[in-house]
Amino acid sequence: MGTTQVLFWFLSVLALISAIMVVVSKNPVHSVLWLIFVFFAISGHYILLNAQFLAIVNLIVYAGAIMVLFLFVIMLMNLNADTEPQKNKWLKIAGVVAGGSLLLVLVAALKHADMKNQLADMGSGDIGLIRNLGLTLFNDYMIPFEITSVLFLSAIVGAVVIGKKD
Amino acid sequence: MPINYYIFLSVALFCIGVSGVLTRRNAIIIFMCVELMLNAVNLLLVAFSKMHHHAQAATNPNAGIDGQLFVFFIMVVAAAEVSVGLAIIVMMYRNTHSIDVNFLNRLKN
Amino acid sequence: MNNVISLVWLIPVLPLAGFLVCGLLRRHLSKSLTGVIGSGVILASFILSLLIFGQVRQEGFQAVVVRLFDFISVGKLSISFAFQVDPLSALFLLIITGVGFLIHVYSTAYMHEETAPDFARYFAYLNLFVFSMLLLVLGSNYVIMFIGWEGVGLCSYLLIGYWFKNIEYGAAARKAFIMNRIGDLGFLIAIFWMISQFGTTNFIEIFTKAAMPKAVSTGVLTGITLLLFVGATGKSAQIPLYTWLPDAMAGPTPVSALIHAATMVTAGIYMIARSNILYTLAPVTQTVVAVIGLATALLAATIALKQNDIKKVLAYSTVSQLGYMFLGLGVGAYTGAVFHVMTHAFFKALLFLGAGSVIHAMHHEQDIRKMGGLKKHLFWTHLTFLIACLAIAGIPPFAGFFSKDEILSAAYEKNPVYYAVGVFTALLTAFYMFRLYATTFLGKFRGTHEQAHHLHESPSAMVIPLVVLAVLSVVAGFVGIPAAIAPDAHWLGHFLAPVFEGSTRLHPAAEADKKLEWGLMGISVGVAALGMIYAWSRFSRKPDLEEAQGFGKVLADKWYVDELYDAIIVKPINALGRFFNSFVEKSVIDGIVNGVGRLVQYGGRQIRLLQSGLVGGYVLLMVIGILALFLVELFTKK
Repeated sequence: MGTTQVLFWFLSVLALISAIMVVVSKNPVHSVLWLIFVFFAISGHYILLNAQFLAIVNLIVYAGAIMVLFLFVIMLMNLNADTEPQKNKWLKIAGVVAGGSLLLVLVAALKHADMKNQLADMGSGDIGLIRNLGLTLFNDYMIPFEITSVLFLSAIVGAVVIGKKD
Repeated sequence: MPINYYIFLSVALFCIGVSGVLTRRNAIIIFMCVELMLNAVNLLLVAFSKMHHHAQAATNPNAGIDGQLFVFFIMVVAAAEVSVGLAIIVMMYRNTHSIDVNFLNRLKN
Repeated sequence: MNNVISLVWLIPVLPLAGFLVCGLLRRHLSKSLTGVIGSGVILASFILSLLIFGQVRQEGFQAVVVRLFDFISVGKLSISFAFQVDPLSALFLLIITGVGFLIHVYSTAYMHEETAPDFARYFAYLNLFVFSMLLLVLGSNYVIMFIGWEGVGLCSYLLIGYWFKNIEYGAAARKAFIMNRIGDLGFLIAIFWMISQFGTTNFIEIFTKAAMPKAVSTGVLTGITLLLFVGATGKSAQIPLYTWLPDAMAGPTPVSALIHAATMVTAGIYMIARSNILYTLAPVTQTVVAVIGLATALLAATIALKQNDIKKVLAYSTVSQLGYMFLGLGVGAYTGAVFHVMTHAFFKALLFLGAGSVIHAMHHEQDIRKMGGLKKHLFWTHLTFLIACLAIAGIPPFAGFFSKDEILSAAYEKNPVYYAVGVFTALLTAFYMFRLYATTFLGKFRGTHEQAHHLHESPSAMVIPLVVLAVLSVVAGFVGIPAAIAPDAHWLGHFLAPVFEGSTRLHPAAEADKKLEWGLMGISVGVAALGMIYAWSRFSRKPDLEEAQGFGKVLADKWYVDELYDAIIVKPINALGRFFNSFVEKSVIDGIVNGVGRLVQYGGRQIRLLQSGLVGGYVLLMVIGILALFLVELFTKK
């Protein structure tokens, strides 16, 4: 087992455990922190897959900006474990059972898929580099990229309008 | 790495996200679970992108790059979504002093 | 020289045009103009028919089918709107347009008391009737015939109910219409059967296919012909559907003469004569036709003995004579039957028109017990009526003798019992006709003083048709002189021979024994004369004015057949209708409709519970849905 495999397993286990902790934590602040762990783990996977640009963007945008926003909102509302609304026990069980069944069904469906010989490139290939991504983005995906800016603009306007005190 | 591992990892993360959405009533946690699901999908996209690149690198040096660009776009949309979504949650908290989604049962009637 | 025949479409179109003009402009046309238009189009048709008849009677004439347009074209079935010109249709054309024209002329005087719009309505109906009847006899397939068949039924209904303000007349019209419908159903089913069996409705094709050996089983032919015969019993007033015809006398008298004596009621005869080959191939049906015809003839004749309404007597006599015609068809004497149709058209139209003249003179009095001694006042009416009575009674040399004798001698060859009953009916016929004659025209006048004061001969527009028809009633018989009197003198037989060729080939007419023929003729004439003289001598001196007693009452009340039908058909149907109204309509149909409504309401109430408004619930349902889709995909793929 080389370093790559070790890292892969370590990151995978970290991601899964952190994800479970996100769901089960009583305190919303803890959930946010566990979610940041998940994002770090996933960024680690990106680096293993040699997608450096995405790894960095993931850290900056998700773990940085978005999670800070979440923390900020939580603190603004002064939420903690005591204010956590409790759900009906049966509905909770039903939710877990439904999620688990979905996992089972998906695994069952994918188990027979013939993918044994398909490998994901690890640590090689240069499509994840900023230069290549940037060339493709500003050549082939020019219009979607510009439209994204419109989306952002409308999101900003929307957030301002909704958050405005009236 | 065989692609299976990535697939099962992503499916597991996704299903944990689904369970979170179903079991929690806190709107912010639900939101975070949605982010978790999005990230699971992103991870899978990158893995597939590398898989295609591995298979077709000889004929097309840029094979599989679309997958990573899609991840980029998903992040963009997710950022926009979070900004609007959190604005809505703040608004809701300001009006009801609660972030319980079941408090939002005004969809009825 | 086919150009006259190619104009055959004008014959029905002219009356149709007359119908449209008279019917649409009835508020604007004066009575005399309406009369001229109504009669004129029929006269034009008559002249065309004469020209065509001249063509048809030339030697070596072959039947011509004039195709106008495609009427129905579905899959392999193609029904064209086509007319067939052959001796049979040419003969019927002459009868319909000829007698029709005379009756139109007669009507201009008879209906003179009506207001102008009603007068025009009457002529429009009459023209429409002539159009339908012409369509019926000209059609070259059963579907066109059926269109005409329905058309005459409709016109009959409209004209019986012409005075629709009288509720009884309306009821009589409905009765005629419904009874005709029963028969029409049989006809319609027969048409469908023929389409499925032969794949066509064209006369020529069907007859060729049917005549081929082993082409169609006798059972099928028997079924088809029996169904056609059901249609004929409705239209031609035979047992069991004859009761509408006496009630149909509610219509104006010229209508009775044209529709319910001379033309429409002979449509059944025409149809069977047209399909003669089918009937010849189905001996069972022939027997049924003969027996029904004979039974109808006898039954109607007995009823006629005790009727006191002048038109009712004539109506029952019509039913009886139609029975004779069916007897002729049943025993294979197709020529005889058609011959009798022709002579009957003349003398029965004459009788009805004479009766109309009497009624006109008596100011709408129809009861013969209140007449008598009219001989002095109505010279022409009396004379022509007497000729018609002699003709229908079968006294030589009047027309009825020849045609009736032909049918009776054919019946004797088939079965002497037919002959015996036929002759007995002839005796009754002579008796009731001369009872009618003697009671009406002989003896003393029994009406009111006022009526006696106003007795007058009818105007010439009524008398001239009477005279023309009387002349025809005298001479028409000579077109069919029996072989026993003069060999090869049966002109009508030669004329119609091509139409009945197929049947005569299958069953060649037996060479008649001359002595036997003379004997049969002697018997029937003797019997008729006996009835005539007895009735004449008895009723001219002492007409029976009292209500009938005992058995006579049964006859006067028409054997209670109407009451029987009422009890076994009308009342159960009414009861069934009430049952459906009170039970099926209210409980079953309303129950189903309301049940569907309640089910939807209930379902809505239950499904509404799913809309809890809880977002978590919705998401849960969504996940379950995704799960289900995956499961379906997973387990149905392999």
